[in-house]
Amino acid sequence: MSTLVDRKNLLTSVEMAHFVAHGTFRLDGVVPDELNDEAIGVFDAGIPHLPYGVTVDEAFPPGSFVRRLIELPAVAGAIQSLVGPNPRIDHHAVHIREPHNGSAQNMHADAIIDTRTDAFDMQLMYYPREVTLEQGGTLSVPGSHLRRINESDIGRYQNLRGQTRLTCPAGTVVFLHHGIWHGGRRNDSDIRRYMFKIRFNPTVRQLRLWNTDDIDDPAVVKELNTRFPWYENATGRLEQVNRAKLWRALTGNEAADLGYYLTRPTIRPQTIATGATDARLGGAGHYQGLRD
Amino acid sequence: MTATTQEAAGATGATGANLRQQVLVLYLASSALDASVVGWSTYDGTGRTHPTMGDSDEPPYATGVDALKDGWRLFQAAQLLPPATGQEYDVSFLKHEFFFEKLVDIDATD
Repeated sequence: MSTLVDRKNLLTSVEMAHFVAHGTFRLDGVVPDELNDEAIGVFDAGIPHLPYGVTVDEAFPPGSFVRRLIELPAVAGAIQSLVGPNPRIDHHAVHIREPHNGSAQNMHADAIIDTRTDAFDMQLMYYPREVTLEQGGTLSVPGSHLRRINESDIGRYQNLRGQTRLTCPAGTVVFLHHGIWHGGRRNDSDIRRYMFKIRFNPTVRQLRLWNTDDIDDPAVVKELNTRFPWYENATGRLEQVNRAKLWRALTGNEAADLGYYLTRPTIRPQTIATGATDARLGGAGHYQGLRD
Repeated sequence: MTATTQEAAGATGATGANLRQQVLVLYLASSALDASVVGWSTYDGTGRTHPTMGDSDEPPYATGVDALKDGWRLFQAAQLLPPATGQEYDVSFLKHEFFFEKLVDIDATD
């Protein structure tokens, strides 16, 4: 993946803002049927594990199944928009949920608590077969990616208002911020469910990697201001603060703000007003406190 | 979960050995018990149901008080803790967590 993707295949600013707000971006049915059919055999055979942080060439040589998957123009465009050219492969995994599988995963975020605010990993999830509600597709919680939690410490949470219980056509690819809360749901159907995941690490600063032609589109701010039904009233405002910080990092615009929340606390004027002239109030002295 | 539940041992004549705890955890939009439900979990000590992650998109109650009205008894509410200095803008776990219970007589017939 050393060549740059055609600009027309990159995400737009509106789509990027959607990712910053939701922590996810999906391309429904983007993978052609012949690749979806081939995927089943590849996944049943298994894909060898790799050392962490190898290059795409080392992980998936040109012509291999996975390489052809991630070089589909729309897929390659999303990858480059989110983590840039020449990302590293953190790891990958094939997840198979057997029919009438007895339990769901606990809700969790992958890896461990991640303190980065100016960079993120992206996880690609690929579904080669249609996923129905009964098959128990991946549940994800939109807008959860900026919450600082450690892996399955959120396992107590079973359902959140506005959660996404994934259903999708065959050949769907979902791109997720590394911090998104998610879990594999119970498969109550008679059909095996497949999902293939790749985690990508950026190798460049994630600055304006997408097609920014529409950066001034009002829909960008509208996306960034998305409020999710599971947010508490007050903490939902802090979500906007953290989103604005991420948008500043991605755009390089240090004035970007949502709800004036980042700007207001910086208003601390040091200029002394001309009427503040009574020198007696600036002298040393102790004032009488309350008496017992 | 509510139709066959008996409220307490005193009401049914059941002994403690017959009682099992059902737990409902509600996450509310603010620290007020009558605030809207934003998240929920259930655990069933009778073993009759098997709630799990992602099993419903609709909350069982609109508010915490609605759960009280249906016979759930509150036994724990999250404390209000100030943010640590320097971490005022950080977001993490859901803050407004309320634990409810019902005691169920497992020998009672419907």
